[in-house]
Amino acid sequence: MNDDGIGIRDYDWWLVAIILAICAFGVVEIWSATHAGHLAGMHVKQMWWIAVGLAFMLLLSRLDYHSVLDKAPILYLIGIIALLAVLAMGHTRYGAKRWLPVMGEFLQVSEIAKLIIIVSLARFFSDVRTERLSITDLCKAAVLTAVPIGLILLQPDLGTAMVLIPVVAVGAYLAGIQWKHAAVMVLAAALMVPIGWHHLKPYQKDRVTTFLRPEEDPKGSGYQILQSKIAVGSGGFWGKGLGHGSQNQLGFVPVRYSDFILAALAEELGFAGVFVTLVLYTALLLRLIQNAQHAKDRAGMFLVMGVAAILAFHVLVNVAMVIGFMPVTGIPLPLMSYGGSAMLFVFLALGLVMNVRLRRFVN
Amino acid sequence: MSLWFQNENRLPQMRLTVISYTVVGLMALLLLGFWKLQIVNSDRYTQLAERNRVRSIPIIAPRGSMLDRYGRVIVDNYPSFSVLLLRDDPQQVERLLPQIADGLNLTLEDVQQQLEAATSLAHFQPIVIKPEATPGDRDFIESHRADIPVLEMLMVYRRRYPSGGFMAHVSGYVGEVSSDQIEESGGRYRPGDIVGKAGLERQYNDHLMGVDGMRRSVVNSVGREVGRLEQTDAVPGKPIRLTIDYDLQLVAEEALVGKRGAVVAIEPKTGEVLAMAGQPSYDPNDFAVRISKEEWQQLNENPERPLLDRAIQAQLAPGSVFKILMATAMLESKAVPADYHVFCPGSAAFYGRVFHDWEAKGHGEVDLHKAIVHSCDVFFYNLGKQLGIDRISFYAGNLGLGHKTGVDLPGEETGVVPSEAWKQRVFHQKWYPGETISVAIGQGAVAVTPIQLAYMLSGITMGGRFHQPHLLLSDKPAPEIDFPISDSTVDTVTEGMYGVVNEPGGTAGASKLPGIELCGKTGSAQVISEEGLKRAGKKAELKDNAWFVGFAPRQHPDIVVSALVQGGGHGGVAAAPIARAVIKAYYDKKQGKIPPQELTTQAVPPGIPPSFAAEAARSNKPDAGAEETVPTNPDPVPTKPQPVSTTPRPTPPPTLNP
Repeated sequence: MNDDGIGIRDYDWWLVAIILAICAFGVVEIWSATHAGHLAGMHVKQMWWIAVGLAFMLLLSRLDYHSVLDKAPILYLIGIIALLAVLAMGHTRYGAKRWLPVMGEFLQVSEIAKLIIIVSLARFFSDVRTERLSITDLCKAAVLTAVPIGLILLQPDLGTAMVLIPVVAVGAYLAGIQWKHAAVMVLAAALMVPIGWHHLKPYQKDRVTTFLRPEEDPKGSGYQILQSKIAVGSGGFWGKGLGHGSQNQLGFVPVRYSDFILAALAEELGFAGVFVTLVLYTALLLRLIQNAQHAKDRAGMFLVMGVAAILAFHVLVNVAMVIGFMPVTGIPLPLMSYGGSAMLFVFLALGLVMNVRLRRFVN
Repeated sequence: MSLWFQNENRLPQMRLTVISYTVVGLMALLLLGFWKLQIVNSDRYTQLAERNRVRSIPIIAPRGSMLDRYGRVIVDNYPSFSVLLLRDDPQQVERLLPQIADGLNLTLEDVQQQLEAATSLAHFQPIVIKPEATPGDRDFIESHRADIPVLEMLMVYRRRYPSGGFMAHVSGYVGEVSSDQIEESGGRYRPGDIVGKAGLERQYNDHLMGVDGMRRSVVNSVGREVGRLEQTDAVPGKPIRLTIDYDLQLVAEEALVGKRGAVVAIEPKTGEVLAMAGQPSYDPNDFAVRISKEEWQQLNENPERPLLDRAIQAQLAPGSVFKILMATAMLESKAVPADYHVFCPGSAAFYGRVFHDWEAKGHGEVDLHKAIVHSCDVFFYNLGKQLGIDRISFYAGNLGLGHKTGVDLPGEETGVVPSEAWKQRVFHQKWYPGETISVAIGQGAVAVTPIQLAYMLSGITMGGRFHQPHLLLSDKPAPEIDFPISDSTVDTVTEGMYGVVNEPGGTAGASKLPGIELCGKTGSAQVISEEGLKRAGKKAELKDNAWFVGFAPRQHPDIVVSALVQGGGHGGVAAAPIARAVIKAYYDKKQGKIPPQELTTQAVPPGIPPSFAAEAARSNKPDAGAEETVPTNPDPVPTKPQPVSTTPRPTPPPTLNP
């Protein structure tokens, strides 16, 4: 595939540097959070995932994204079938069916589904030729997204389902959504809330109610947020030092190596560490958007912005949760939280971005 | 490959830029959130984090013990375990409560009540849910460390008092500090502290009470201890050494068994209280753990009033014992000549009313000495009329009545010394001269406490030097009030009191102590007036209160004893033997006739067992009076006390200056 004239220097090395810096923070904090207990060694596993992820990213970047987008309808079908398969014969963990056994590892299918949705929506929106997004196209896009969302909700996995919404939202925005349509959609979504409330699992309702009134139940469902805030707040400006955060080391911070890894980092590295981390994430997102701006065509832009939308959503929601701005949703922090499937997804998504960048001058 | 993508290359740059700014804006907002938590509110969260990781468990300081004048342990502590409930996680506690109640043999309601009572305390402060843990409870806690992590054993020291109410009114008892006390203490007491509630425990609480320490350890999120932080050791309370002589106390307690009354023995030269007992009593051990509401109510409502410390709180008419004061007043005031005498026909009329003598036959011609020895009422009726109430009141006030003696016990009563002004103040009525006649024989409005009588007599025999009675042994002399009384007065009065015991016809002739110059005065005070008695129509229940005050030897006495038996009848019969027993024991001990009791609190027998008195009586009879001289140096200190106490005892048992 080297016939397209892409050289080593064409890769977005800044992007790779930012990614690796974020990953390094993650690995260090995973080490700090787990080195003392029975989970010791997690950071090594995480480094393997990063290595594998990088390899996948490079591989994917070699493949012309146009050919990927070409296969979008088929990929979409495969995605739907996979989600159905999970529901039918998935592996249940923590009360939710999310995992399919693939090659000895349990693969979280919804992570792959995210990629497929990004691709499918990029394809869909680039097919729209009008300056403004018509109501028909908007509805089509909505349905296209609603089907996988529904399937993921059935697992149930509210967090991942929600992650898909910004992809279609950003896509619609860039495709020229009309304000009145946007308003109607938002209104419709608002009306869905009470209906959706009925279908929430009790633990999900708990999360929302305690988010709204945390003081009512300081040690129940609000416990996680409270402990997270205590960890963050007690970190101060410079932090307590790696391995010295009591909230982290004594296990008060919930899932401190995954969803709440930023709380652990905030405690041990303080506001300074958080500042650097958030600057890195901002740089990452801006870099993605810049790549979208320089994409050769709308298809490339939609692809990159799909990735950017999902990553931005992940980062914003996770960080907001850590400081108590949002309820606990189970959305990990990309590139830092421990987890193979999520890691692979992020790197594959970034592979797509790389792909677009590499092809900005060709053809 | 289809070429669907090739015809549209215009990108919505503007909208992409908007998205960039949105991202930066949201990130800045989040960073602001971190700023607020980590910089603005950092202190608060640091505190919360500390509270999370640190568990503080108090280390209870043992209270100082109480020793008798020779260092024998009367009150000490024993180690015990309480069950602590850690309440850091209310939900967990709530969930485990039934299991906890079941395992500790408590009712669920009881545990819940205790939890509710503690809601005002900070969450991290553990509460005691079972004060006295049984070995079974300890096993339960140990074996459920993993699944019931909210229970903890707390080593505490419980007060151990002599059983059966021995010296209970003097020692007092301890209990959980009340909210009023916390407020008064100005921060020295904290909720849950054990403080003295009555008696010496209360009087010298600050000295006896130690300072609790604190063990701080690091716990993880499931409550398991993972490390130790600093530990503040407890500072044990200091012991107090009392003036009480356990041997005399034992005799006094024994003599009172089954009666209602009190005994106070004072060393007149110093004001040291050698023995002080009251009955009915209560068992302070009942208070040491946690007294139930019912028990408390029962003690409070008991008609026998066991909580009343009769030695300092029973305010009763002194009856004929008051004649000592009348005699002193007569001689000191010189209102009548020293050879003043009257004829006693068995009754006399004053102000149109007939006043009877206790001896209906009359005593014939009576002078002061005879009047004391025979306790002639008519003589003192006349004397009273001569002196007048205000002169009587003046001397009573100066000889220790009508005000607190200042003994170092809380709750002492003042008694009543009536006067014209007093009646005007209290009843807004004029004093009737006829009332003076009653007061002259210690009836009517006059009321005294047993310790006041001992104090008064001490002062008179010491020629007017009144040493403040005290229970805390001290190197420094006690505060002293001087109201000089002439030697001749002292001689005449003590001579009369010697006669009461030793002359034929003396009202306490049965109490003679061979070889010891026992002097005394009996009193049989009517509980209500004779007219009232007739109206009530039931003599038995309203028998006279029996009094006896005595001392020995006649000059410069070593010991003064006042004894009261409520409803005991005649003082010479009911009260004199009690005082006599104490004084006899005092000299028996001095002369080495009885071995001092080896004493640890564990050895204090239940109730007041007979051993000592019986033994003393046996060993004493044959050679009584063999030794007339009383050794002047204080008796040899008994063998060193071996307190069976697990508390580390601070080495030198010091004395405290009140």
